[in-house]
Formats: sequence, structure tokens, C-alpha cells
Amino acid sequence: MNLSLNRIKSQNQMTNIYIGSALLILSILDVFLNSFFRINISGSLPGNLSIFFPLILGFLGLSYLRTEYSGYKFLDSLNKNINTTNFNAFLTLFITFAILKAFPPALSWMVLDANISGDTKDACTGTGACWTYIKVWFKRFMYGMYPNELHWRINSAFLLVIGLGFVGYFFKENLKKYLALYYVVIYPIIAFLIIYYLISGGSFGLVWVETGAWGGLSLTFIVSFFCLIFCFPLGMILALGRRSNLPAIRYISVGYIEFWRGVPLITVLFMSSVMFPMFLPQDFFMDKLVRVIIAITLFEAAYCAEVIRGGLQALPRGQYDAAKSLGMGYWKMHIFVILPQALKLVIPGIANTFLALVKDTPLIFVVGLAEIAGMLALAKTNPKWLGFAMEGYIFAAIIFWIICYAMSKYSYNLEEKYKTER
Amino acid sequence: MNNKIKRILPQLLTILFVVFVFGFFTINAQVNMDNRGIDFGFGFLSQEASFDMQFTLLDYDGQDSYLWAYVVALLNTLLVSFLGIIFCTILGVVIGVARLSQNFLIKNSAAWYVEFFRNIPLLLQIFFWYYAALRALPLPENAQPWFGVTYMTIKGYYIPSMIWENLNVFLSCLIAAIVAIIFIRVYAKKIQEREGKQLPVLYISLALITILPLLSFLIGGVTLDFEMPVLKQLAQTSFIFEGGVALPPELIALVLALSLYTSTFVAECVRAGIQGISKGQKEAAASVGLTPNQILKLVIMPQALRIIIPPTTNQYLNLTKNSSLAAAIAYPDLVLVFAGTALMQTGKAIEIVGITMLTYLSISLAIAALMNWYNKRIEIKEK
Repeated sequence: MNLSLNRIKSQNQMTNIYIGSALLILSILDVFLNSFFRINISGSLPGNLSIFFPLILGFLGLSYLRTEYSGYKFLDSLNKNINTTNFNAFLTLFITFAILKAFPPALSWMVLDANISGDTKDACTGTGACWTYIKVWFKRFMYGMYPNELHWRINSAFLLVIGLGFVGYFFKENLKKYLALYYVVIYPIIAFLIIYYLISGGSFGLVWVETGAWGGLSLTFIVSFFCLIFCFPLGMILALGRRSNLPAIRYISVGYIEFWRGVPLITVLFMSSVMFPMFLPQDFFMDKLVRVIIAITLFEAAYCAEVIRGGLQALPRGQYDAAKSLGMGYWKMHIFVILPQALKLVIPGIANTFLALVKDTPLIFVVGLAEIAGMLALAKTNPKWLGFAMEGYIFAAIIFWIICYAMSKYSYNLEEKYKTER
Repeated sequence: MNNKIKRILPQLLTILFVVFVFGFFTINAQVNMDNRGIDFGFGFLSQEASFDMQFTLLDYDGQDSYLWAYVVALLNTLLVSFLGIIFCTILGVVIGVARLSQNFLIKNSAAWYVEFFRNIPLLLQIFFWYYAALRALPLPENAQPWFGVTYMTIKGYYIPSMIWENLNVFLSCLIAAIVAIIFIRVYAKKIQEREGKQLPVLYISLALITILPLLSFLIGGVTLDFEMPVLKQLAQTSFIFEGGVALPPELIALVLALSLYTSTFVAECVRAGIQGISKGQKEAAASVGLTPNQILKLVIMPQALRIIIPPTTNQYLNLTKNSSLAAAIAYPDLVLVFAGTALMQTGKAIEIVGITMLTYLSISLAIAALMNWYNKRIEIKEK
């Protein structure tokens, strides 16, 4: 695009700026009025010209405005950031107009014409979204078929587990050396017991709630939480195995890791639901949720192992040599010298693995667990609430987006933090 | 002696553990299958499948064997992966380059695109496109043509189909053109290395690949006709398009979701690759007197590609594995047809899940092996 518009420009810079800004404002005003108030000021122009009218005007306006240095702060930053060349000016206009065009319909669908009052489908009279549907089904999306009056059990279990997760921060200096022990061994056991006794119930006077009733977003959290805490130690062992100099152990670890990394999660879930029961002893019943958690753990452990292996490989050889020269054996060397440093390196990687894990959990819907995607499918086919698939999926997408975005930003911060520390 | 035991004992224990686990599972499976009266074997593959598939690339009907159903379903999976890879590459490269733009608006739009699409679980995206977005499309009778001849309706995307005559002549011309281009490239490289001269390889290649197939139309007797989709009334309110090729909404939703989702990862790979080339390279090339196009072609791209390609192949692999989510919206891919319907009918859980997993595993391992070979080839050979 080697269009030279300099010839039409005036010699006087001020004239150029006046003409340019007038044209640019006119073009933006045209699109703005068109999309927000349905007034088409260029409608009198023939045929397709009225569609391209603002684009042409804005393009001319921007090329009039383009100067090396004008002395006005705003204009200079405009020229520097969005108006460097003809091509850039064109893209700038295109994006601005696209946003201006798309904004009003989206706004009116999501807010202005939307309904949120009432408890039945009849309340949704507008042409916009029906948030009543989300309001009515909200508890189901969050807790699944779990009995309404028992939701406090899920809430308090989550609060307890999260609270215990932060305990590590308050460890006194002399307890710091047990931090890893706490997070790798004690915390998972306590968390498991809390979730088992509080959410499942069956003892301490709590009513038993079978896992079939669990569901919604809380199930997503339960599954991803357990998979994370179980896959971490397994991944660590596999990573050490892959780095071992004993051939049998190395090949078995490599085989394990490559196998699970090579198959899609959905086939693993199928395996857990149809193939796994065949491998268990007769009359031995294992809950579907437990089988799914085991399957995802085995699957995710392979990815975890690769992340941890990255950390192990990043350590300088000197660390190994120094530990060996002090007379440490394999286990002593790894527990006291190698792993503490390597694990610190892989924290961002583990956070990313966890993010992928959370994004993968909706898949358990495929084997019949009513996680949030499953609840949406259920709500969508409810005869009283037909036709609101859009709202449901947008709602779920927003929830997942917030969770995943927060996590990715957090893991990015961790990465930055540990980068500077080294 | 002590050292030897230290080496052998752990390995022995691990092997024993693995053997024990496998043995335990095998014995249990034997007992379970005996009790349920199922026998182990792959004989079922030659039996009649007796189920139908909505969308197939090759001829298939219920009388064909399970083996043929497997092949057809595998082709469906590969089709989705292939389309997804093409679209995600195009989108990913555009977005990745846009993220490095100097234009504030473009840079930020691209960044938000990436943040938006990669933080929503793929399954939800597929569901969104399939159950929400594509359901809002018009019925066949109300559909407006896109580009004049194609129709996007709630029942799928209808495009004209091509009817070839003497297709093999056309194809052989195409292959001849490609072979000639490869030869010319090799020759040009030799010339460049020997004499430092550069041949206009790109123009020659473009000319070859357009002229040879065109010649086949003029001389070789190749003809190409299009069969247009035509609206047909089945009943009072039921309309359908006939003729042409119909792409089912499942395929469209799947390809859309997969390519939008994976393109964000490809975009990050592309960005990292281009950022990984130091500015000095560009400046050095410019100071030697290369033109901007030559700098991009001879200096930047060969180095950037070395960084971009390995992680991007990984993303392609992920896309192929993720295409198994097709089962959730009933697109007849390998998982739905084989691990779903066929398993339900035959009850051969171990064999069928095993075959499905092995298929994906071999695709992954094949691509990984190819990648290792490629990495070895393009490695910077340091002296």
C-alpha cells in the first residue's frame, strides 16, 4: 500500500489538522449514530458507498492528521500509537468501527432488553437475554442435585479446605522445614477427610448424600482439587524415575509418561467408566466419582512429571556434585538438596498444569457426572425452560473465564517473581 | 557387590510391581469376563456393524463391518483435525503477528482475543457454538445465500460440489508441477551456494502451479462442473437443500471451537518465536544490504521458524486429541462411533477402548517422532 496522500495536503500544518480532525470526527459520528440511534446520515449516498463512506472519510482524516511532530500531546500520541502508516490507519478504523457496531446489540441483549425478575419462563418477555433462567437454576449450577438445605456443608467444607491451605503462610520459623511435609502429605489427608465426612456425610449425625447428587461448579472444584493433590506426588516419583540411571525404572517411567500424554482425556474417562470395572476383583464396587478422580490423576500425573522434570533439568550439575561430595545418598540428596530447589522452580509450571486441569474437568460430563456442563445440558432440556441454551453457556463461560483468567494472571505473577529471585 | 545389589534391587522391585499390577488386572478381567460370558478377541471386527453414521467421507452403511466403521470414523476424526489445524494456523499467525504490532488498538485487541478464548474450557466453547450460536441460524427456506451459491442454515452449511471429468489427468498435472517446483528449489539452492546468484524461485513456482493444471483443462480434456444446492420442499413446512455438499453443524461447531481455541496457543508460539530473534540480526542483515523482503525470508523466518515449529506441532497434537470432544455433540468421530456405539453393541470394553487409545497413541508418537527428526535436522550445528 504505497499510497501517497501527501500531495493533497496543504502546506499549512494547522489547516491539515483542522481538516483531518473534522473528517475523522464526522466518520466516527456517522458510525456512532448509525449503531446507537439508527440514524444514517450518509444514507442518501448511492449503493455501497454509504457503507464505505465512514471508512473512506476516516482514512482521509487520519492521513491528514499524520505529521512528524505537531506539538499537541494528544495528537502526537495518536499518530505514534494508532496512525503510523496507511495500513495501520485502516486497521485502526476497522477495529474502532467494529467495536462501535457490535457494542449496542450486545449491550441491549445482555442488559437493556434482558429480564431478571420473576421465577418462571413467562417473566421473560423482552427480546434480550433471560437471566431469570440463570437466577432460578443458580443453585443447581453451583451445587448440582445436592439437597438445598444441606448446601452449608459444601460451603463450610470448601472454606475449611481453603483456610487450611493458607495455614502454611503462618508457620513459625522453626516449623518451616515441615512445610513441604505438610503440603504434600498432611494437607491432602486432612482435606480428603473433611470433604469425605462433611460433603458425603453418613456419620456424626450428618445425612449421607451419594456422589450421584454432587454436581455443578462445586464438583469441578472437588475433582480438580483432588486430582491436583494426588497427581503431584505421583508426578514427582515419575520425574525422578525418568531421570534415574537405572534402565528398568527409566524405561517404565518413560513408557508411562508417553502413554498418558499420547491419549486424549476423553478416552481415559471412557476407560475409567467401562473398562476399569472389568479389572477390579469381583464384588468390589468403586464409586464412579472415585474412578474418574483416579483416571484424571493418572492422566495428569504424566503432565506433572514433565513439568517437574523440567525443574530437575534446570538445576546446575554442581548441586548434584556438591551433595554427592558431602556423602549424601540418592534419597538424602534429592530430599534435602535437589527437590526443594527444583520444586520452587516449577511452581509456575504446576500452576499452568492446574489451570489445564480445571479447564479439562467439564469433560467428566461425558461419563455422566453432572458437573456444570452437565447441569446446563440438564437445564436446557427441561421442558419448562426450553430455548435458553445461549444464556446458560454464556453464564458458564463467564464463570470459567473469571476463574481461569485469575489463575493465569496469578501463575504469570509467580513466574515473574521466581524469575527475579534466581 | 553391595553396589550391584543397590542397582539391581530397585529395578527388580519396580518390574515386579508392574508385573504384579498387570497380572492382577489380567486375572480379574479373566474372571469377570468368564462370569459375564464374554470372550476376549478381535473377531467382532469383521462382523456387521448395523448402525448408521450421519456424516461420512467414504461410502458406509449399516451392512459394513466394524473394521470399516472404524476406518470411516478415523477419517472423520482426521478431517476435523486437518480443518482445525489449517484454520488455527492461519488465525494463530495473524493474531501472533498482530500482538507485536506497533498499533495500540491492534496489539490490545489481539491480546484480548487470546485471553478470551484460551480461558474458556474447550467443551463449553463447542457447546456454545453447537447448541446456542448455530441454533440461531435460519431454516433452509429462509436462508440467504452467502457468496451467491452457498447456504448457511440450521441444518448445516451447503456448498456446491465439484464434478470432475478426467480428474486423474488434473491430479497428475498438479503432482508434476509440485515435483518440478521441488527440483527447481534444489537447483536454485545449488546455484546460490556455488555462484551466489538468486533465482526468482517464488515466481517460477507460482507460474508452474497455475499453468500446468490450466493446461490440463485446455489440452487434457479435464472439465469441472459445479452442482448447486437447490431448495426442495419435502412437506408443507419442511424444506431441505438437495445437491452439493452438506457440512453438518456438528462439524462446523467443532472446527470453529477447535480452531479458535487452539489459535490462541499458536499465536503465543508465533509471538515467542518472532520475539526470540534479536534485533541485531535484522540490523546486521540490513547493513549487509539485504532488502526488507530478503531479511524476512533469509534471516528472520528461518530462525523464527526454528523456535515456532516444535511448540506449534505440540499444539496440533493437542488439537487432534481434543477433536475427540466431538463425542459430546454427536459428531461421528472415532470416540463416538467406536468407543461409544460399537462398544455399546458388542460389549467388548477392553478391546475397543484399547484400540481407540492405541490409535491416538500411535498418531501422537508418529508426530513426535517426525518432530524429533525435524528438530535434529534444523538444529544449529555448532562447531
